[in-house]
Amino acid sequence: MAQTSAKPAYNRPESSENSVVGSMETVLKPPTPSGSQTVVEAPLRMQIRNLNFYYGKLHALHSINLQVAANRVTALIGPSGCGKSTLIRTFNRMHETVRGTRLVGEILLDGEDVFAQDVTHLRRRIGMVFQRPNPFPKSIFENVAYGLRINGLPATSHGHLSEAVEHSLLRAALWEEVKDQLHKSAYALSGGQQQRLCIARALAVDPEVLLLDEPCSALDPVNTAKIEELLFHLKQNCTLVIVTHNMQQAARVSDATAFLLNGELIEFRPTPQLFTTPSDPRTEAYITGRFG
Amino acid sequence: MNLRMLWRKSVNIIMLSLTGLCALVAVSVLFFILGYLVYHGGRDVNWDFFTKLPKPVGETGGGMANAIVGSGKLLFLAALFGVPVGLLGGVYLAEFGGHAVPFVVRYTADLLNGVPSIVIGIFAYALVVMPVHHFSTLAGGFALGVMMIPIVLRSTEEFLHAVPRSMREGAMALGASKWRTISSVVLPAASRGIMTAALLALARVAGETAPLLFTAFGNRFWSPGWSQPISSLPVMIYTYAVGPYEDWHQQAWAAGLVLLGLVLVTNIVVRTLLSRGASPQRS
Repeated sequence: MAQTSAKPAYNRPESSENSVVGSMETVLKPPTPSGSQTVVEAPLRMQIRNLNFYYGKLHALHSINLQVAANRVTALIGPSGCGKSTLIRTFNRMHETVRGTRLVGEILLDGEDVFAQDVTHLRRRIGMVFQRPNPFPKSIFENVAYGLRINGLPATSHGHLSEAVEHSLLRAALWEEVKDQLHKSAYALSGGQQQRLCIARALAVDPEVLLLDEPCSALDPVNTAKIEELLFHLKQNCTLVIVTHNMQQAARVSDATAFLLNGELIEFRPTPQLFTTPSDPRTEAYITGRFG
Repeated sequence: MNLRMLWRKSVNIIMLSLTGLCALVAVSVLFFILGYLVYHGGRDVNWDFFTKLPKPVGETGGGMANAIVGSGKLLFLAALFGVPVGLLGGVYLAEFGGHAVPFVVRYTADLLNGVPSIVIGIFAYALVVMPVHHFSTLAGGFALGVMMIPIVLRSTEEFLHAVPRSMREGAMALGASKWRTISSVVLPAASRGIMTAALLALARVAGETAPLLFTAFGNRFWSPGWSQPISSLPVMIYTYAVGPYEDWHQQAWAAGLVLLGLVLVTNIVVRTLLSRGASPQRS
């Protein structure tokens, strides 16, 4: 089964690629004494270079440069309307489903241009979990199996499929709660369970990157805690990018945090540093609660 | 002051009772029709009515088995033609297309919905009957199918619009193509509503007479296959009601009762199914 052995090539640190990244001046605008150019010491999974985004005439994102380290949690924070959801939706080209948008810039996944890839293939490699749980009107089993079925991953054998479904539900920490009711409607689950089901559904195709767009904003604190714990385990096999308007959450779960304001990336640093010694006065103002 | 209050109060009471009265009239029309049909035709709805062919002119008795089966065949053809066209057209309206095209299609569908059914009958006559020089089941089914298209199309569009966008995004984020998303997630989510709409459209055209008069025409015997003229309940009602025999009038009443009963039962069953298992819709 391909679930666990799936990533042969991508984790290999490629020195040439890293040196390219290392020479980029983009990540840290103000020079810091520690001086390291990459935010978190890890191979890079995604690079966003000079990204500009437009909704019609509205210039929503201004020259964003961002690097997503492999097997780390990268958080995007900022006040409502700052463009963090817009940004994360460009990573798997979901912005293309909205009419009248335009993107200029580069997004690389493992060094490859995402716009040069087949979008179906790309979205299998970069999964996404949305703000509100959005299970399909199908059984729990079929929800998780959906991605596998449309991508034709395992052969038709049902045993194979159910193994994969069980594995995904285990990874999403939902298996114990639903193993006896796999064929019930997904709508029978609570909101928190539905959101973990959506995570399991995204994990089923074994993505390299999982994008989470405010995954806890519709959940209560107990379920939020469950999902946060889940993220911690998931990053062993997956690279996570999370949008959150909850700064405590960003501080708890992420390794690196990017602060966006009015469509600009103000600061991108390792999470502890960003929250303790922000270098930009606007970041400091935001995290100390002076606005937003 | 006092007079004004009195005036206001009486206007209030008068308008309230007037609206209530009109609501009552609207509701009681159906029951009045039903009662009237039962009163006149109830006696003649018996086993013979459902199993026997019409008797030759001059003899009493007999039934309308061929018309009941005929209506069934015509409706089957109508659904076969009208539902797929309406459904896929509705999918196009809701899911594809820019701004101008759906507007034109929507407008045209509404116009088609308003085309008098007799005109649709003439259209089917010119298109299907004329080339082969005889009336047929196919022609009648086609005419009824044309009438179903705009109803199915518009309701499909509405039910698809009611499926939340987040569900589409969920499927597309897993790498599903647009058509895959529609066929495997959006349509199933809307399926109950669409099926209801299709059945209601079918019930609606089940009572149409005009489009059948010169397409399916009518037949006093069984109509084998699909290329012969065929009998149907609405046309039988028309023929028998204008006929000169008292026995025919009785049978027309009975046929009316059976037709209304079938339509009512379809309606009630469909609506019960819909309300009982309303698909979960969240914003």
